Amino acid sequence: MERLTPVEQRAPGRWQIGTVTAIKRETPHVKSFRIEVPMWMEHLPGQHYDVRLTAEDGYQAQRSYSIASSPLDRGEVELTIDRLEDGEVSPYFHDVVVEGDQVELRGPFTSYFVWRGEHPVMLVGGGSGVVPLMAMLRHRRLTMPALAMRLVYSVRGADDVIYADELGEDAVLTFTRSAPEGWGGHRGRVDEPLIAQAASSLSPGIAFVCGSNGFVESATGLLLAAGFEPSRIRTERFGPSGAP
Amino acid sequence: MGAFITRGFKGRQRTPAELQARLPPGQYVESGFPVLTAGPTPDVATDTWRLRIDGMVAQQQEWTWEEFSRLPFETVPCDIHCVTKWSKLGTSFGGVSVDTLLRQAEPLGAYATIWSYGGYTTNLAIDDLTGAQAWVVTEHEGEPLPREHGGPARLLVPHLYFWKSAKWVAGLRVMDHNEPGFWEMNGYHIRGDPWKEQRYWND
Repeated sequence: MERLTPVEQRAPGRWQIGTVTAIKRETPHVKSFRIEVPMWMEHLPGQHYDVRLTAEDGYQAQRSYSIASSPLDRGEVELTIDRLEDGEVSPYFHDVVVEGDQVELRGPFTSYFVWRGEHPVMLVGGGSGVVPLMAMLRHRRLTMPALAMRLVYSVRGADDVIYADELGEDAVLTFTRSAPEGWGGHRGRVDEPLIAQAASSLSPGIAFVCGSNGFVESATGLLLAAGFEPSRIRTERFGPSGAP
Repeated sequence: MGAFITRGFKGRQRTPAELQARLPPGQYVESGFPVLTAGPTPDVATDTWRLRIDGMVAQQQEWTWEEFSRLPFETVPCDIHCVTKWSKLGTSFGGVSVDTLLRQAEPLGAYATIWSYGGYTTNLAIDDLTGAQAWVVTEHEGEPLPREHGGPARLLVPHLYFWKSAKWVAGLRVMDHNEPGFWEMNGYHIRGDPWKEQRYWND
């Protein structure tokens, strides 16, 4: 065990100018941006940064993005950004930003949806909801590879797997629309057998669930049924409004 | 900082001029009503629902759903602002003013902790809860408040960021000091005025 991230911390909260050092295309709609941060401080896996864009006439837009990297990657953060067709900040990152560009950002922020070393850990992610969970998975691999942590990851199709080359035996995938050729694993939405399969080696511990509201509602219901305590299921929800 | 320009950023979702004055700094207009909840969604039945006012008060108060529904009901047109950057303009809620609820209780402290079914808490100054600024609402745009948005009843404090408008509200405890609630302990600002952009601890 190398070490855990600090439990008590305060973000500087100041806007600073970060430099994009690397861009990786994860899927047709998702890219990861490594950003060097001058006043960098260690984050807790699960925290986010705020990004602010400023046009020449002073118009500004801000959005929050989860950190995908481990706090052991000192001096920089990785933000994995899903390109939202009707968005403003994510299309800018996808269509305009190149390595060497600078953007304003501040963070890391909020300490509820964060992993502080509790175990066993069940991670359940839908689509780009996997991003903050990846920070937890990566940090655990670097610090406590033997600690019990499993990721259940729901994606639409074969092209939509973010971090595909990093998913190992600690991850269970399911394809909701079209599985790749020859796929022998789970298909369809996250369901009771899939949770049971992932949880078989874990006594109910702590769970982190991130995705659209519908995804989170359904996954938390399954976790409650599997014996997880409501207070030990932490959720982060995004995307369009829920059903009326 | 101020002078920094983001290369090649034009801004393609500018708020129409007539709405700009209603949008606090750093916010954008969202037409839907996103759901943001920490943890599972509580299921609160109206026949066991209670709303309680206690703590530093002259007279503790408690209402059943029946009793609450006989209190003076107001429709509240408002704009709401979420700390995660979206604002919803021109919406409305319906419920009972906190002024009405506090009148018989007579608060003796200057702060309150709001608590919810499911364990959520948030802190507010009594000054932010009174003077026709806060309500316990049971309707959204004329319909019963959906469970995912805090039904059967939530707090509504539209002049502060929306995490202060606690969903599934169960009670209000009057305090003599400002005790940080759930998000206020986890990184969000102690007061949360969107016009001052008080998002995080140091803002």
